[in-house]
Amino acid sequence: MTKKITLKINGAEHTMEVEPRMLLVHAIRENASLTGTHIGCDTSSCGACTILIDGKSAKSCTVLAVQADGKEIATVEGLATAEGLHPIQEGFHLNHALHCGFCTPGMMMRAIELLEKNPNPTEDEIRWGIAGNLCRCTGYNNIVSAIQWTSAKMQGKELPSTEPKFV
Amino acid sequence: MIAENFNYEAPSTLEEAISLLHEYGDEAKILAGGHSLIPMMKLRFAAPTHLIDINNIPGLSYVKEEGGMLKIGAMTKEVEVEDSEIIKSKYHLFTDATKLIADPQVRNFGTLGGNLAHGDAANDHPAVMFALGASVEITGKDGKRTVPIDDFFHGFYTTSVQHGEVLTEIQIPAASGRFGSAYHKAERKVGDYATAGVAAMVQIDEDGKCTRAGIGLTNVNSIPMRAARSEEVLIGSDLSESVINQAALFASEDCNPSEDLRGNVEYKRHLVKIITKRMLNKAISRAK
Amino acid sequence: MIKCKTSKEIGGMGHSKKRKEDARFIQGKGNYVDDVKLPGMLYMDIVRSPYAYAKIKNIDASKALEIEGVVAVVTGKDLEKYGLHWMPTLMSDTQMVLPTDTVMYQAQEVAAVIATSRYIARDGKEAVRVEYEPMKPLMDPFKALDEEAPVLRVDQEGKTDNHIWHWEVGDKEKTDSVFDNADVVVKQQMHIPRIHVASIETCGCVASYNKVENHLTMYMTTQAPHAIRTVIALVAGHVGLTEEKIRVISPDIGGGFGGKVPVYPGYVIAIAVSFLTGAPIKWIEDRSENLQADSFARDYHITAEMAGTKDGKIQATRFKVLADHGYTDASANPSKFPTGLFSIGTGSYDYGASYMEADAVYTNKPPGGVAYRCSFRVTEAVHAIERVTDMFAKKVGKDPAQLRMENFIKKEDFPWASPTGWSYDSGDYHAGLQKAMDAIGYDDLRKEQIEMRKEGKKFLGIGISTFTEVVGAGPSKDFDILGIKMFDSAEIRVHPTGKAIARFGTKSQGQGHETTYAQIIAEELGIPMENIQIEEGDTDTAPYGLGTYASRSTPTAGAAAAMAARKLRDKAKKIAAHLMEVSEQDLEWEPGKFFVKGAPEKSKTIQEIVFAAYTNHPEGMEGGFEATHYYDPPNLTFPSGAYICVAEVDAETCDIKVRRFVAIDDCGNIINPMIVQGQVHGGLTQGIAPAMYEELIYDESGNILNGTFMDYLVPTAVESPSWETGHTITPAPHHPIGAKGVGESPTVGAPPAIVNAIVDAVSHLGIKHLEIPVTPFKLFKELQKVGYFDNNA
Repeated sequence: MTKKITLKINGAEHTMEVEPRMLLVHAIRENASLTGTHIGCDTSSCGACTILIDGKSAKSCTVLAVQADGKEIATVEGLATAEGLHPIQEGFHLNHALHCGFCTPGMMMRAIELLEKNPNPTEDEIRWGIAGNLCRCTGYNNIVSAIQWTSAKMQGKELPSTEPKFV
Repeated sequence: MIAENFNYEAPSTLEEAISLLHEYGDEAKILAGGHSLIPMMKLRFAAPTHLIDINNIPGLSYVKEEGGMLKIGAMTKEVEVEDSEIIKSKYHLFTDATKLIADPQVRNFGTLGGNLAHGDAANDHPAVMFALGASVEITGKDGKRTVPIDDFFHGFYTTSVQHGEVLTEIQIPAASGRFGSAYHKAERKVGDYATAGVAAMVQIDEDGKCTRAGIGLTNVNSIPMRAARSEEVLIGSDLSESVINQAALFASEDCNPSEDLRGNVEYKRHLVKIITKRMLNKAISRAK
Repeated sequence: MIKCKTSKEIGGMGHSKKRKEDARFIQGKGNYVDDVKLPGMLYMDIVRSPYAYAKIKNIDASKALEIEGVVAVVTGKDLEKYGLHWMPTLMSDTQMVLPTDTVMYQAQEVAAVIATSRYIARDGKEAVRVEYEPMKPLMDPFKALDEEAPVLRVDQEGKTDNHIWHWEVGDKEKTDSVFDNADVVVKQQMHIPRIHVASIETCGCVASYNKVENHLTMYMTTQAPHAIRTVIALVAGHVGLTEEKIRVISPDIGGGFGGKVPVYPGYVIAIAVSFLTGAPIKWIEDRSENLQADSFARDYHITAEMAGTKDGKIQATRFKVLADHGYTDASANPSKFPTGLFSIGTGSYDYGASYMEADAVYTNKPPGGVAYRCSFRVTEAVHAIERVTDMFAKKVGKDPAQLRMENFIKKEDFPWASPTGWSYDSGDYHAGLQKAMDAIGYDDLRKEQIEMRKEGKKFLGIGISTFTEVVGAGPSKDFDILGIKMFDSAEIRVHPTGKAIARFGTKSQGQGHETTYAQIIAEELGIPMENIQIEEGDTDTAPYGLGTYASRSTPTAGAAAAMAARKLRDKAKKIAAHLMEVSEQDLEWEPGKFFVKGAPEKSKTIQEIVFAAYTNHPEGMEGGFEATHYYDPPNLTFPSGAYICVAEVDAETCDIKVRRFVAIDDCGNIINPMIVQGQVHGGLTQGIAPAMYEELIYDESGNILNGTFMDYLVPTAVESPSWETGHTITPAPHHPIGAKGVGESPTVGAPPAIVNAIVDAVSHLGIKHLEIPVTPFKLFKELQKVGYFDNNA
C-alpha cells in the first residue's frame, strides 16, 4: 500500500516509502527530520505547518505527502544561506515578531509568498495576508512591522526603525 | 489527526480518471484541492478507500471569456480566480467572495469546482453561481452534460455529479453593458463559514431599468439557494430604495436558516435582509 | 524616556536589546517536545469518552491488539494494580489518571494505545471498543448545589453534596452596613466564561525510563519542571521512582499561559507505560484533545455590587462568586488561596469596605481552572470591579474617566491597605489614566460619539479599564503549592575569562528570559549581556524553583538574579581592593569596574576581578566566582494599567470593531522595553479574545460544541487591532530592581475596557451590561430585548 516518492526539500532530494495517508508535514518532520515546521491544530486553522510547495504557501497538514511527489518544497530550514539570514528572518528578529517561536516558521513562510506577490503591502493587506496563521503570543503588531521591514529591505528602500514606539 | 488508509492514484487524463472512478465505484473520491476532504478524512468523518487525485490532469484550470460566456475550469484555484484580470475588471463579486474564503494558504489549493462539488450550503461559491446564473459542465464516460446551477444542488453534500463523473467547467453568461455585482458574508472571524452571506448581481439598461438580476444566499438554507422572489421584484424595476428594501425583505423571508453557534433564525434572517440591501446597492454602484 | 545606567555594550536594564533566543527559532532549530526522538520510541494515543457522565461497562481492546504495530492497550484497571490510577491535583483534590468504572466529563481519558508509530496508535485507538452506560450529566453549577442534585464525587468518602469549598474575605458587617445606608447601589450578575489558553503548541511528553539505572527522564511541556519532578516523586515514589531518579527536561515551549502548569493524565500514563515497558513513550495531543480535555480557565459566576454616594464617591463593594471547577479542582493556585488572588477586586479606588465570598462546585465538565495569563483569578476580579465602576458612573451621571480620577488611591497614599487585606506597594493611577486619555484624544472622542449617534449608522463607544494587578507569588509566609514555598532561584557562575552562565528555577515559554535575565545580571555586574548564557528547564542542572506563570518570573527569579549578582559584586569588591591594595571603603562601582575614589584612572574591570578570583584571590577567601540566591519576596508587587478602547458598532448588523486601543502600563522599572511591549501586545490580543470571540460551550448533555479551532475562535491579525502602548514608571519599593512583572496585565485589563466600550456605544439604547464574549449575535439579541429593532428594522 505504500508509495515511493521523492520530495525536493530546500534543494535536497528525499526519497521515501510512504502510505498514501501520510501527511506532508509528517513526511517533512519525521521522514526528512526537518522539525522546524510545526503542527498546531487538526483543522487547517492555525498555519503553524505552512511551507512553500513550488513557491506557493501551503498548510502541510492538509496536503498528502504523495501529492507533493516531485515538487519543490521550501521550509524554514532552507531560508538562511551561506551569506546569512533571509531578510524575513532578520525582519522577525529585529522587530521582535516572535515570542515562543512555535508559529514563527509558518508565519515567515507565509510572509515570503505574500511579499513575493505583493512586494509593497499595506498594513491591511498584511493582516489579511497572514489571516491563516495564528499567533497566540505577539498580538501581531510586531509581525506586521517585521513584514513591512522585510518589504523595505527586499526592495533596497530605507529601513524603518526597529526600536519600540510608545505613546 | 490521521486518516484511515486508502489507495491513491493520480491519473494524467480525464478519461483515465473517469475509468478509475467507475472501477472503484462508491468507495472512490475525487481529490481536487483537498482542503475540505482531507480534514474530513483526518477527523474520520470520511473514509474513502480510493482517492483519485485529478491535479495532474492538464487543461482544467483557466478563466476565459468565449462565445458570450465566462468559462472557468473546475480545477482553477481560488487564488487564480482572485488574481485573474478578467475577474478583477468585471466580476467583482468573485473578488469579494474569494477574499472571504478560508485563508490565503487554503485558497492556494482550494478549487472553484471543488467548492461547488462539495455540495455544502456553507460554501461561498454556490451563492455566487446563483447570482450569476451559472451552469456547470459535468463530464462522464458518455461525454459532457451541462446542468443549470438551479438543478445542481440536491441535498447535504450531494449534487448532480454522479459516481463516475467529474465536474469540469463553470459557465457564466458574460457581463455586458452596465453590469455590477457584489458579495459579502457576516462571519464570526475571518475565514469562518458564513453566518449569512449574500451574492448580488444587476444589469441595468440605458434608462436605468434593471434587465437582469441575481441573488444567491450562503448558509441560510439546507442547500444553496437563489432568492427568486427578490430577483422578480428587481427585474424590470428602477432599482429604487423601496424596490431594494422589498427584495431584501423577500430574501430574508424566503431563506430557511437553522440555529447554530453562529446565530438563531431571527438573527440570520435579519442579516440576510441587511446584507442583501447593502450588496444590491454595492452592485448598482459598480454598474454605474 | 527610560534612563539606562549601563552602556549599550553592557546592555543592562532599560535597553531594548534584541532577543538572544531568536536565532534558533527563526532558523527552525527550536527544540520542542515533539521534536524529541529517541531510539526505540513508542507512540501513545488516547481513547476518550464521548459521554460527559457514564459507567464503563466494558473495554474491548482485542481488535486494536490485532493491528500490527500495536504494542499494548492500557486501562485504569491496569494502572490500578500499581496504585497509579489516581493522582493528586495541585489543589490537593484528586483526579483519575484512567478510570476504572466511571467517566466524569466528555473527552476524559479512557484507555491508552501504545504502538510503533503515531499512525498505528491512531488506528489502534479507533479499534478499541468501549461499552458505556450513559448517565445524565450535571452541567449547571447552580443546579449542582441543589439538595436533590446527584453527588458526583462518590470516590470521596462521606461526600454528600457537590460543594468543594467556601471562601470569604473582608468585613461583612461593615460592608453590609455601608450598602444599607448608601445613596446609590449598582448590582450586576456576570459570567466570566470558561475559556482555554490555546497555546499554539499543544501539550505532550516523551517519558523515558531506563530500567538498568532505575532513572526516568521526562521531556515535557511544563512551565514548572521542578514542581513536576516533586509531584512525580509523590505519585510514583512507592514504585521506586524517587526524586533523585527523576530528571524533568522542559525543552522549548510553544506558549504556556498557565495551561502547561498542571499534570495531565497523559503524562502519568506515559511514565507508567515507559516504567513497565522500558521503552521511551511519546504522547502529543491533537488540538481538539487539547481544547476538550486540558484544564480550562475562568468559569466564574459573579454577582458584583458597588455602593456609593450620589455625587460619585465609591464606598463599598460586595462580590459573590460561584466557581465551576468541573469534575475536580485542578487549579494551580497557591494552597491557601482557593480563589487565587481574587481579593484584589477592590480595584484602584480609595474606599474602606468590601466583602467577598466564593463557593466552588463540581460539575461534569473537564477539570481546572488554570491561571490563564493571570495571577490566579485576578482577571475575573478586575472584570467585575471595572464593570460595576462603569455602571456606578452611569448611575450617578458621571463620565467614567472623571469618576475614576475622583476615586483613585492617591500616589502619596501608598503603601495602601486594601479592605481585603493587601498592602498595595506603589502606584500613580492618575498619571496613567491621564496619559491614556491624552494619547487617545478622549474629549474629542466624546464629541464624535454624539455626532455619530445623530447620524445613526454606527455607534461609537469609549471604554476604560484602570486596573490594579497583584503578581509575583509569593512571600513564603502565605504562598506555597503542595506545601512547597513559592520563592524562586538563580545561580550565577562566572567563568575565569569573565563570561557567565546563569540558571533559574523558572521556565520561559516565549517571555524572553534568555535576554532579560542576562540584562539584570549585566546591570548588576557590568558583564555584557551578550556574554551571559541563561539556562532553564532542566531539573538536573537548574536550582529549585516553582516555575513561570502568574507574571512571577521577574518579581521572584529576576530578583534572585539581582541578589545573586550583588553577592558576587560584594566579592568582586574585596578582590578589587586586594588587587589595587586599597581598602574596600575607598572603592566605587560603576557598571563594569571598581575604581578608587578620586583616582578614576586606578580601576579594575569585572573581567580582571573575575580572572583574579580563579588565579590570584585573596588569602582566606573562597576561590571561584559563583553565587546562588533563593529569593523570598517580602510582598507581592502591584502593577497597574490604564486602558482605553474605542469601539464601533454597526447599527444594523451589530458588527463590532475595535477602532483604537491605548494601553498605558505601569510595571515599575523596565528591564527590556521591547520585550515588555511585546508582552503587552500579546496579552491584549489574549484580552480581546475572551471579550469578543472565545468561550468553551457545552450543551445540556455535556457535549462540547466548539472543541476545534474551526469554532473556538482564536483571533487572527484581522480581528486584532493595531495596539498602541506606553508606560508610566512607579518602581516597586521592596523589589531589588524595582520591577513588578507585566506578562498578564494586558490580558487582565483589556476585556473590561472592550466591554465597557461596547456597552458605552449602545448605552443610549438602554443597554446596561453585556456578557462576554460580546458577539454581534449576542448584541443583536440584547438590542432586540430593549426594542431597538422595533423602530429600526
